[in-house]
Amino acid sequence: MDLILLLFIFTLAAFLGFELIAKVPSQLHTPLMSGSNAISGITIVGAIIAAGVDDNSWLTTVLGTAAVVLATINVVGGYLVTDRMLGMFKKKDSGKETK
Amino acid sequence: MNSANLINLAYIAAAILFILGLKMLGRQATARKGNALSAVGMLLAIVVTLLDHHVVSYTWIVAGLIAGTAIGVVCARAVKMTSMPEMVALLNGFGGLASLLVGWAEYGKIRAYGWDAYLAEFSGNPVFTGLVIFLTILIGGITFTGSVYAFAKLAGLVSGKPVRWAGQHTMNIAMLMVMAAAGVLFALTGSPQLALVAFTAFLVLSLILGWTFVMPIGGGDMPVVISLLNSLSGLAAAAAGFVIANNVLIVAGCLVGTSGVILTLIMCKAMNRTLVNVLFSGFGADAGGGSTEGAFQGELKPISPEDTFAVLEAARQVVFIPGYGMAVSQAQHVVRELAELLEQNGAEVRFAIHPVAGRMPGHMNVLLAEASVPYEQLVEMDSINPLMPQMDVAVVIGANDVVNPAAASDKSSPIYGMPIIKAHEARTCICLKRGKGTGFSGLENQLFLMPNTRMLYGDAKGTLQGVVAEFKALAAS
Repeated sequence: MDLILLLFIFTLAAFLGFELIAKVPSQLHTPLMSGSNAISGITIVGAIIAAGVDDNSWLTTVLGTAAVVLATINVVGGYLVTDRMLGMFKKKDSGKETK
Repeated sequence: MNSANLINLAYIAAAILFILGLKMLGRQATARKGNALSAVGMLLAIVVTLLDHHVVSYTWIVAGLIAGTAIGVVCARAVKMTSMPEMVALLNGFGGLASLLVGWAEYGKIRAYGWDAYLAEFSGNPVFTGLVIFLTILIGGITFTGSVYAFAKLAGLVSGKPVRWAGQHTMNIAMLMVMAAAGVLFALTGSPQLALVAFTAFLVLSLILGWTFVMPIGGGDMPVVISLLNSLSGLAAAAAGFVIANNVLIVAGCLVGTSGVILTLIMCKAMNRTLVNVLFSGFGADAGGGSTEGAFQGELKPISPEDTFAVLEAARQVVFIPGYGMAVSQAQHVVRELAELLEQNGAEVRFAIHPVAGRMPGHMNVLLAEASVPYEQLVEMDSINPLMPQMDVAVVIGANDVVNPAAASDKSSPIYGMPIIKAHEARTCICLKRGKGTGFSGLENQLFLMPNTRMLYGDAKGTLQGVVAEFKALAAS
């Protein structure tokens, strides 16, 4: 793919990222961080291609497989832990049922 | 339509889901749904990648996916909320290492095919691909060992105190320059042997640099470090995206990178320091720093849990100010119990949260949410400060620098200029503290010496249970 096009996409995504996150209340900083952390596990896509490619090199397969394992931990752990945290944020009414 | 187009269309859909997910994560009402949406995007991206025509063998992929999922599920279920900063640091580190390995595997592929066959099979330009492989290794390596070191600091495996030595920064900069030179050599040289040497050099150095770069940063600056490493893990993924010319990696990685940068800057602003200052000053290493100690005199006045109860029982307006100490002693549940008793007693209760209280952004909010404190009771610093003079009692639970009035008044103080929660303006201030030592910054806290401050010594959980018991005895009688 055209390299300039890739750089173009990168630049636009950077501006989009700034716009998206600029006004998040401080309460949500941790879930936002762990949620975006899970997204950084997108490198799993590269890991899958590396692990599955047939280049007759055991090194690529080993590195790719290790990358798949690590990226999967990042993705699965990140999303689940974020969901667990967000499940605990309660409004006043629902928080009172323990009384 | 061929499969490559189908895959790219699915990647666009995944990118849209990530963007919507992140947007929804920014609001309380939609946050959980947003996280789920972004997870669906991730699943979509993974599934269509399996259709990529370069992927011919599935054995190792499936094994890796199963192993990773199992470990991820166990970690996410088992982790305690007080250990969340460690967890986030560790997950960051795994993401960074995964990106590093993707870059390394791509280099392995180039060596296996040879450049000509590689460029015919995949797209790219040798110099550009070489440079982005270098960047992926550099950022991924720093993210990995930096996160592991941050994890070790947060988990208490190594001391949280800054580790410094003379020439430390010079050494780091020298390493960075050697790596840059190796990176340029790697991208430009036509000799495979030379490229391998350069690659090995920057691979090893990036791993060392991540470690030495986090070493001089103290425990209290962890919110900045964690969000910076989060940003880097995204940028590592984006760099890996350039290596394999993959849009979805670039977009998702870049979104994470910028959101991490914003959080980092918010954290720096909350401490009134620049990022450079946080990263390179080794704050708190020069313990003491109190040339002005003579200027502020006073004594520490201890208070018992019984007397604390008497003060709180009479109070109509109470504000709790939690800090890292609350996390250490796991006191959040007993704090919530005390807050409910105070409300039944007719008091209005608030929780004042400083942006950098704890060890990661939003740390206190997560702990109080775990203890079922409704989020309407959590008040940000700028909203609570004007109300402070009307507060009958401010209860400071294991917070230190974020309530130190020296930040506002003492120009010689290292934390001068840092915005604080003005606990000293409340009529009475009760500070819970484990012992008489200074906090991570090594500063004597003027708040503790003020006439209206009382010190409640001991483990916060234990002392607060004592106060709660007094309230219950009152209710029973």
